[in-house]
Amino acid sequence: MIELSDVAYSYGGAQLFTNLTLALTPGSFQFLTGPSGAGKTTLLKLCYGDLRATAGRVSLFGQDAATMSRDDVAMARRRIGVVHQDCQFLDHLPVAENIALPLQVSQRAAEADGNLDELMAWVGLSGQAQQRPPELSGGERQRAALARAVITSPDVIIADEPTGNVDWEMSQRLLTLLVELNRMGKTVLIATHDMNLIRAAKSQVSAHVLRLKDGRLQAGVAL
Amino acid sequence: MNARGTPGLRRALALLVGDPSADRAVPPTGFTARLTVFTAGAMAFLAVFAIAFSLATGRLADRWSSELARTATLRISAPADQADAQVGRALTVLEQTPGVATARALDDDEERALLEPWFGPDLPLDTLPIPQLIEITETAEGYDATGLRARLQAEVPGAVLDDHTRWRVPLVAAAERLRTLGWVALLLIGAATAAMITLAAQSALSANAQVIRVMRLVGARDTYIAGAFVRRFTLRSGLGAAIGTALGLVAVAALPDGSDASGFLTGLGFRGAGWLVPLLIPPLAAVTAFFATRAAALRTLRSQA
Ligand SMILES: Nc1ncnc2c1ncn2[C@@H]1O[C@H](COP(=O)(O)OP(=O)(O)OP(=O)(O)O)[C@@H](O)[C@H]1O
Ligand SMILES: [Mg+2]
Repeated sequence: MIELSDVAYSYGGAQLFTNLTLALTPGSFQFLTGPSGAGKTTLLKLCYGDLRATAGRVSLFGQDAATMSRDDVAMARRRIGVVHQDCQFLDHLPVAENIALPLQVSQRAAEADGNLDELMAWVGLSGQAQQRPPELSGGERQRAALARAVITSPDVIIADEPTGNVDWEMSQRLLTLLVELNRMGKTVLIATHDMNLIRAAKSQVSAHVLRLKDGRLQAGVAL
Repeated sequence: MNARGTPGLRRALALLVGDPSADRAVPPTGFTARLTVFTAGAMAFLAVFAIAFSLATGRLADRWSSELARTATLRISAPADQADAQVGRALTVLEQTPGVATARALDDDEERALLEPWFGPDLPLDTLPIPQLIEITETAEGYDATGLRARLQAEVPGAVLDDHTRWRVPLVAAAERLRTLGWVALLLIGAATAAMITLAAQSALSANAQVIRVMRLVGARDTYIAGAFVRRFTLRSGLGAAIGTALGLVAVAALPDGSDASGFLTGLGFRGAGWLVPLLIPPLAAVTAFFATRAAALRTLRSQA
């Protein structure tokens, strides 16, 4: 679905990584770990076309990201649910509308009926539906971001530290949501520092763990 | 509508009709909104006057030039016993003059009608030394007034050629120039409106960079994002222009009314169907805003890719 081959990236200075290869195969469940500043967020941004690789080839659903038009990227994004590390919202709209935004922009607003309430209840935000995002706690924002990422039932879910600010119990609920989606055939990639989360996931699905360090991606880290 | 034009039109309409819920994605910008309404209103107000000005100067130029084309008079003051002979000679001379389309002596009834406003009816014309009048109409090329005068002087001593409307020639040219200036002013008003709306749209777009970024991340296409801005500015400009046009029309209607004769200033109002011309201003302002905002939005979205 999404493939990076021999990809390099730099923000203008030194290369963050070179010759990096990663494949999000359909139905896979993968974790990305590594020290802070290793480039995990950067790598995820390459996966959803927010950044363009400085070398190598990134393919999004069979299309070469380097040659995709802005409309092509928009269409690819509709198949990818993203939880950003810094959870960006439209601060003037209520949480419920923010969560439904991906449906809204792809003219699928009708699908929000029912699904939206159910999803908000699952992430524990039923009471916050009409609040504005700036009024939410860090953890509530993360839950809202995850709800927004999965509302369209996208083929691929990419989450950057989705459980960084929530308690253990809530992180298990969020994990369950991702595991259920994976069982429905969705592809999942999660960047996290949380080894307990990885352990919990491994007990439910066959999850692969990748470690990004010093510009290299290593597979199968022992826990 | 040709085959190539249709998708373009459909895209433009989609941008306008689009999905109004997209508009909620862009936070309300009270200040820019009020500025846009005000600008469109002020410009529409000015445009009403520019149109009134152009139409009035146009009317003036038309009237003056048609009078020019029509009239010259030959006045013959001769002793009663020579009058008929001189009129006959004058008519012969005029018939032979190139550039004179018709020459016709007015009969007594017509002369009486001309004098009636001053002397009342039943004027005993034959007992008064009233000059005989010959009405001349010119061809498009016109005649040589100096040559004609010289010939008349030699052959019809009592004749005076009065081509009094000729002094208006430079005035007609001036009126036509003024009409052109009026249209140029209208064009400038339109261009200034486009420029100001572009600036307002640009500022709204850069103030909403974060909104655009979030919309992009959830898969919004450029036309969807642009549509939210385009609709907003189109509606505001149309609304502002409608208000400005209405006020402009009221102001023109309130100008002191003068008869045709009282000249240019009091003739500034609209006549008949002319009142409908300013009604084009609001839709034109909306169309201008539509294209100005669309260009600004697509340009910004391209550069923020
Ligand atoms: N926009 C940017 N411009 C320049 N440098 C950047 C930019 N974004 C990130 N970097 C740098 O790139 C490196 C990798 O950043 P990135 O956010 O990918 O790390 P990370 O692995 O996600 O870290 P963390 O675990 O703390 O989230 C960091 O050194 C960071 O300073
Ligand atoms: Mg990060």
